Amino acid sequence: MIITKSKPFEEVLKELEGQDKVFIIGCGSCATTCETGGEPQVAEMKARLEAEGKTVTGTVVYEEVCHELNTKRKFRENKEAVEAAEGFLVMCCGAGCQSVREATEKAVHPACDTVFLGNILRLGNFQEKCSLCGECVLEEFGAICPVTRCHKGILNGPCGGTDNGKCETDREKDCAWTLIYQQLEKEGKLDRFRKIYGPKNWQANMKPGRVIFEKKGGEE
Amino acid sequence: MTLLIEKHAKPSIQEVLESGTFLVTGEIGPPKGTDIDEMIHHIDLLKDKVHAMNITDNQSSVMRYPSLATALIIKERGGEPNLQVTCRDRNRLAIEADLLFAYTRGIRSVLCLTGDSIPVGDHKDAKAVFDLESVQLLQLIRSMEEGKDLGGNDLNGPVKFYKGAIVTPEANPIEPQMIKFEKKIEAGAQFFQTQAVYDMDNFKRFMEKARKIDDKVKICAGLVLLTGPGQIKYMNNNVPGVFVPEDLAKEMEEAPKEERLATGIRIMARQIRMCIDEKLCDGVHIMAIGKEDVVPRILEEAGVDINEL
Repeated sequence: MIITKSKPFEEVLKELEGQDKVFIIGCGSCATTCETGGEPQVAEMKARLEAEGKTVTGTVVYEEVCHELNTKRKFRENKEAVEAAEGFLVMCCGAGCQSVREATEKAVHPACDTVFLGNILRLGNFQEKCSLCGECVLEEFGAICPVTRCHKGILNGPCGGTDNGKCETDREKDCAWTLIYQQLEKEGKLDRFRKIYGPKNWQANMKPGRVIFEKKGGEE
Repeated sequence: MTLLIEKHAKPSIQEVLESGTFLVTGEIGPPKGTDIDEMIHHIDLLKDKVHAMNITDNQSSVMRYPSLATALIIKERGGEPNLQVTCRDRNRLAIEADLLFAYTRGIRSVLCLTGDSIPVGDHKDAKAVFDLESVQLLQLIRSMEEGKDLGGNDLNGPVKFYKGAIVTPEANPIEPQMIKFEKKIEAGAQFFQTQAVYDMDNFKRFMEKARKIDDKVKICAGLVLLTGPGQIKYMNNNVPGVFVPEDLAKEMEEAPKEERLATGIRIMARQIRMCIDEKLCDGVHIMAIGKEDVVPRILEEAGVDINEL
């Protein structure tokens, strides 16, 4: 799940300065769960923009905006409203926003800040547990990721900032290394904690990431 | 190979510790800005009173005059620097380059730290590096001593440092901390300076555990000067791994306002004396944090003269 936060409405208005006719795009997957770009939020945005004197030429919410072929198809399906728009307001993640970028030459505006790949703890409560480093270390650490869940992302045990199982950066956050220690102890695998892990390959997934699977391509 | 500094005014930390002499180190916190007069005053004041001076590296993630430059100033003034290197602000390339430079300028010991986190400092929007951490930094130095950089390339001339690390005796839970201590030794740490200790009974328990893991590695107790009840309360509530026990807090509370600094000095002098008399550890590291002026007084009260240890 890609976690997004809504930008303040004033910021969205500023992005749309000089663009009176706007087409709004929401996403039926992550942004719907985050309540940042589902049907209700798109409807509310439409009403607020119209109250500010904007013309909303159309709206569409579909799964998933990050699917570029899908996005292009939605643009074809909404041809008239799309052509009438001067710009597009995208109420989902940065990937979705850039998917829209590929579908039009007109201005594209983000309505959200994209924050992390998150787990859903319960509705409206998300936690980052994986940071997509490209070289998974979960096997070594009791399926608790220090690269993500330790603020410093270190690999050889707790730093001096650990405090009764909490992190110095935020007392509400667990020290990942305390969790890892407790888990490996339960599993009888403390030898993994004792092992020295050398410098991490931060280029395992060299930015910008790109993967092409040989047999899975070509679907729409 | 030409070393730019071949003569050293003082014995190195390694020479002091390996001769069995009790090591006394102080600490220089570089200033924020180009006015380095007060720092030089502190260096001059301490250089003959302590065996060596640590130089903090953007301590507490607060941008300051560089630790490496300060280390060179200490050498210029005839003191012995202990260069602190953190992994927060520099990636492996930058750290390696700094170490090449440090070695050619006669820096002989390096204290390897991960570094505090960015949000505790004064550049809260900065990107934290942490390409490496303390254990990997120790490994990196060992590799450079063997003539290879981390890219696996040959160095045209290796480095050689006495490698230090830190350990937190008050860490809670303590078990992972002790494993990390052991890993640091395995990665090449030859000496340790501890995070601040106040509870000497707990420090003794820590030393017993540490000696069981390795009875040869040198361990120096980190001592931070107490200056008043407010500071104690702040440290107990906000500084992870630091705990000032009730009896010391009470001793400070009962002191009249004008006697607080003197009380802090007395407490530290007592701790130093205890470390020496009871042979608790191999040395002390005195952190006066802005009150470097009183370090000679602390040593005097403790009856410590480094020339007579």
